[in-house]
Amino acid sequence: MIEAQTEGDRRVATSRTNQSVIDAAVHNEVSSTRALFPYLPPYWVEHLEQTQFKGPSDFYYPTNSPIAARPNSRPAPDEVVAPLTGRTRAAAAAGPPPASALGVVQREVLGAGAEAAVLCSPYPVDSLHNPDAAVAFATAVNDWQIAEWLDKDPRVKASIVVPIQIPELAIREIERVASHPGFVQVALPIRTQHPLGSRLYHGLWEVIARNNLVAGLQFGGAPGVPPTPSGWPSYFMEEYIDMAGVFATQVTSIVCEGVFDRCPSLKVALLESGFTWLPAHMWRFDKEWKNLRRLVPWVKRAPSEYIREHFRVTVLPLDEPEGNPRQLLETVEQLGSDDMLMYASHFPRVHAADPEEALIRHLPETLARKVRSENARALYGL
Amino acid sequence: MVQTLARSEARSKTRPALIDGDFHNELNSIKDIYPYLAKRWQTHIETHGVRGPAGATYPRFMDHREDARPPSGRVSGSEVGWSAKDYMDPYNVAHAMCIPLTPAGRQLNFDLDAALASAVNDWQINEWLDPEPRLRASIACSIENPPAAVAEINRVGNDKRFVQVQFSGRPQEPMGRRKYWPIYEAAAKHGLHIMSHAFGSYGNPITGAGWPSFYLEDHVGPAQAAQANVVSLITEGVFDHFPGLKFVSVENGFGWIPSLMWRMDSAWSLLKSEVPHLKRKPSEYFPDHIYMTTQPVEEPHRPEQFNQLMEHFGAMVNNLVFASDYPHWDSDDPDFALPNILSDEIKQKIHYDNGRNLYNL
Repeated sequence: MIEAQTEGDRRVATSRTNQSVIDAAVHNEVSSTRALFPYLPPYWVEHLEQTQFKGPSDFYYPTNSPIAARPNSRPAPDEVVAPLTGRTRAAAAAGPPPASALGVVQREVLGAGAEAAVLCSPYPVDSLHNPDAAVAFATAVNDWQIAEWLDKDPRVKASIVVPIQIPELAIREIERVASHPGFVQVALPIRTQHPLGSRLYHGLWEVIARNNLVAGLQFGGAPGVPPTPSGWPSYFMEEYIDMAGVFATQVTSIVCEGVFDRCPSLKVALLESGFTWLPAHMWRFDKEWKNLRRLVPWVKRAPSEYIREHFRVTVLPLDEPEGNPRQLLETVEQLGSDDMLMYASHFPRVHAADPEEALIRHLPETLARKVRSENARALYGL
Repeated sequence: MVQTLARSEARSKTRPALIDGDFHNELNSIKDIYPYLAKRWQTHIETHGVRGPAGATYPRFMDHREDARPPSGRVSGSEVGWSAKDYMDPYNVAHAMCIPLTPAGRQLNFDLDAALASAVNDWQINEWLDPEPRLRASIACSIENPPAAVAEINRVGNDKRFVQVQFSGRPQEPMGRRKYWPIYEAAAKHGLHIMSHAFGSYGNPITGAGWPSFYLEDHVGPAQAAQANVVSLITEGVFDHFPGLKFVSVENGFGWIPSLMWRMDSAWSLLKSEVPHLKRKPSEYFPDHIYMTTQPVEEPHRPEQFNQLMEHFGAMVNNLVFASDYPHWDSDDPDFALPNILSDEIKQKIHYDNGRNLYNL
């Protein structure tokens, strides 16, 4: 059923199939802090206009990195609000941030064949240590998402941005906007000050579950603590690679702390984590649980059973053995579940592999259909 | 090695010989090394104690196997004669690599740290290597104070019974950072490997997102910690600069190797302009430079997946060295550690040949 590959079209894989496709993660950026002015309290607008503070600056991807923006992912200048001065000169020269206008996502993602797209904003409110600023910007981004994205195109769903560094404020923000039908998920950075299973966050998990939202754990985060167990690496390339390890430890924490025993309906999406690390992680986790389960008596089943039931994973970055699709398929099989993988373009970011070409078209047809759309449809209730 | 075997008490055994990459020579108490420590530091320890960065206390049930405790009642693994009788003889261990887990290498007081490292190494020479010729050892040194570490490596590095320089699982910085290069230079000069044993930290939590709550998490986490160190060693160009250097990852598992190689190559294909000093594709450094020990051996959900794992990193068959972790609570029994699905030929390599090649035995 899959149409022949066509050369040259590198927008999204969906253009290469006539199957139903849902894009489980598109990272919509705020075009400029000025775009949030209508949604910010006067106190912060005044700050932004009169002081050197121009909004959060610790973005999860280096602004001009070769992987931060695909061709055609930046809106035309007249599609967005004119920027505040204060963005770095290099960033300003590159044009508006990628994926910072609905029109771009409509053209490049929905226009290429996805029937729906789930937005997951990487706006780094977690980097704002001033809690009032964190709340103000999270609130503004969510109201901006409602007005500029959700209310304009029903094919687009979005994720609630929260100040994760202060869980009770994150809870309040979720409760403020959760009733909007366009919000299907809470966006949480995978890098946090404390492991996400910690009891600090149990109220947050409960409010996510109670509102039938998905917890979307996404690549990045700017919590101020180092991203590896040995401190700060020198290069972004390392941080990018090491992020898989942060995903793994968050999975460990969330299962160990009994989050799913407290919230049996909860689902967690790992976004831009890749998945090839997950089978070996389940093996080690199960083995250690067998030895040490008396420490966590509320974890009643092997960790891999919780993981298969409660976690969903997007396929990018597709860490694949070069020229060896068989080994990649063996790794998919090692997951032990057809329900976990979800296609996502992670537009506007650039990845080495095209998920359709490198993976999905090699899968058995039933599984391919689940990866392209059915797993995301079930997860997000689309 | 044939001669060594012939001399050993194990010569009457018919079982195949074993080389063990993770054997713990334990202190019953810090007083065990007082004979090698200046009075000034003995007094210091009695008064002020040993002090590393705090933050890794978890309720847990035991460190050591009770069944390995010597009749004297001292800590399991703290008497060379008993460890030989209890473990090395019955399992026909031809060689075992001592990895001392002591306060050396993680002191906030650098002068104390250097003194402790020298004392630990002298204790190893006198109380382990001299009495038991089957043993080899790891050099304890002040990894966070490289000038002192270099001095210690130069002091004992000519003793060929030392085969590697010991790092904890979580140094203060990722292991490829320039800070540590003088240590690698000294190690390379003496033909020593760099070994990182799981656990132990210079203050960093075991996750990239803070301290977890339970010892179970602390025991799953070394796989992620080791990966960050491998990523750093390769990305910083350590193996380009020291082409003979080998990194031995102990007690961190090995199931993560294939996906890490794939991810590194994929990231490098997009971001190589950030690291133009790298001479090769990241995965190409693994066969020559990255070695792993077995314990805790991976337990895939289906037996054939173990063979897939071996195949996904083709050089695993040469770079994987058996380890028991004797006498710790989670040590692997050599008779049951490797899955039955592995061929006898591969088992022989893991149990013996790979260790012999890696450590020039």
